Amino acid sequence: MKCRVCGKPASISLKSYNTALCAKDFTSFFEKRVLSTINKYSLIDDNDAPIVAVSGGKDSLALWHIINKLGFPADGVYVDLGIEGYSDISLSKIKIMADMLKRKVFIFPMRNVIEKGIDDLSRTLRRAPCSTCGMIKRYAMNRICIEKNYSVLMTGHNLDDEASALFGNILYWKDEYLWKKGVLLEGRAGRLSKKVKPLFLCSEREAAAYAIINGIDYVYEECPFSVDAKSLLYKSILNRLEELSPATKIGFIKGYLRAAKKHKSAEGENEDREGGDCKVCGYPTYGEKCSICRIMEKFEVKNKFYFEEYDPCCLDSHKKIVT
Amino acid sequence: MKVEWDGKQYEFAKPMVVHRLLEELSLSKEAHLVVANNKLVTEDHKLEATDDVRVIRVISGG
Repeated sequence: MKCRVCGKPASISLKSYNTALCAKDFTSFFEKRVLSTINKYSLIDDNDAPIVAVSGGKDSLALWHIINKLGFPADGVYVDLGIEGYSDISLSKIKIMADMLKRKVFIFPMRNVIEKGIDDLSRTLRRAPCSTCGMIKRYAMNRICIEKNYSVLMTGHNLDDEASALFGNILYWKDEYLWKKGVLLEGRAGRLSKKVKPLFLCSEREAAAYAIINGIDYVYEECPFSVDAKSLLYKSILNRLEELSPATKIGFIKGYLRAAKKHKSAEGENEDREGGDCKVCGYPTYGEKCSICRIMEKFEVKNKFYFEEYDPCCLDSHKKIVT
Repeated sequence: MKVEWDGKQYEFAKPMVVHRLLEELSLSKEAHLVVANNKLVTEDHKLEATDDVRVIRVISGG
């Protein structure tokens, strides 16, 4: 297979685009795709200070790499869930990238603050680890944005993540979640950060290829708690469909975005992100107290909520670099 | 040819194209990438008997 742009041997075939590209042209293709998503959906404004939610996996590290390369200086935030033999490795990969980008990373040390790792906490709460993890991450990542004045939280959710979640919502007809997906979720001043997903239209295979080609050192191992996750099953079903009929996933998600736009204009924007503020910490919640404050109260944890900081440089993260 | 996949090492005596290797290992083309001698290669790439090959799963859950 030859690269469609330069004619050299291709490194990756992209059947959904009916093309094949060499390493150099694929890198350029992928970065342009991310940039066009940012521009099309107005994910970053001129005055925005973005921060990337990093996990040590290919998607978030590739995103952090690209965003900085595209001229949007962005620090990182990592939620250390205290998973033995996994969280430490993830953090070491993140620090390698932080050193390379010369960007700061904030770390939420869950075990030190809540006095439990994700395994203990989910067991005690009788909640699935993935659901507990999501709750902690949403809270910590929003809080870092508000406390440190980052106006946009970027996550590495890719096309396959979105397609599998949508597939699950349709399969079990979860009407309450069905229309809540989007490339951009608006925030609420001083309380809830804007959330964006620049890899929304990039497949997981493309993100992995970008990471490999660009020498990004990421955690290959799967999170030990997600081994039986339904999302993995949905992803393999969707990939089977993709193999038989290329461009199924992108068609599914683009169709959803069109339908969601119509739904939102009929129902009103951001109905899903309304709600009150927690009477203890002041951050958004649907009840009187947020889940995290209820956990701290339940386990009589008196620790203050804090972030550790890994700063390999002296660059001011709120200033743009002219490239 | 030495093939590393899922923490295990496999040996294949004869050259073969990438999609054949993925079939041998019963792996999806959409969910896996193949790196030969540290370079990402396409499904029609011919792997030589002396190549160092790594198969990488691209799907992650959570």
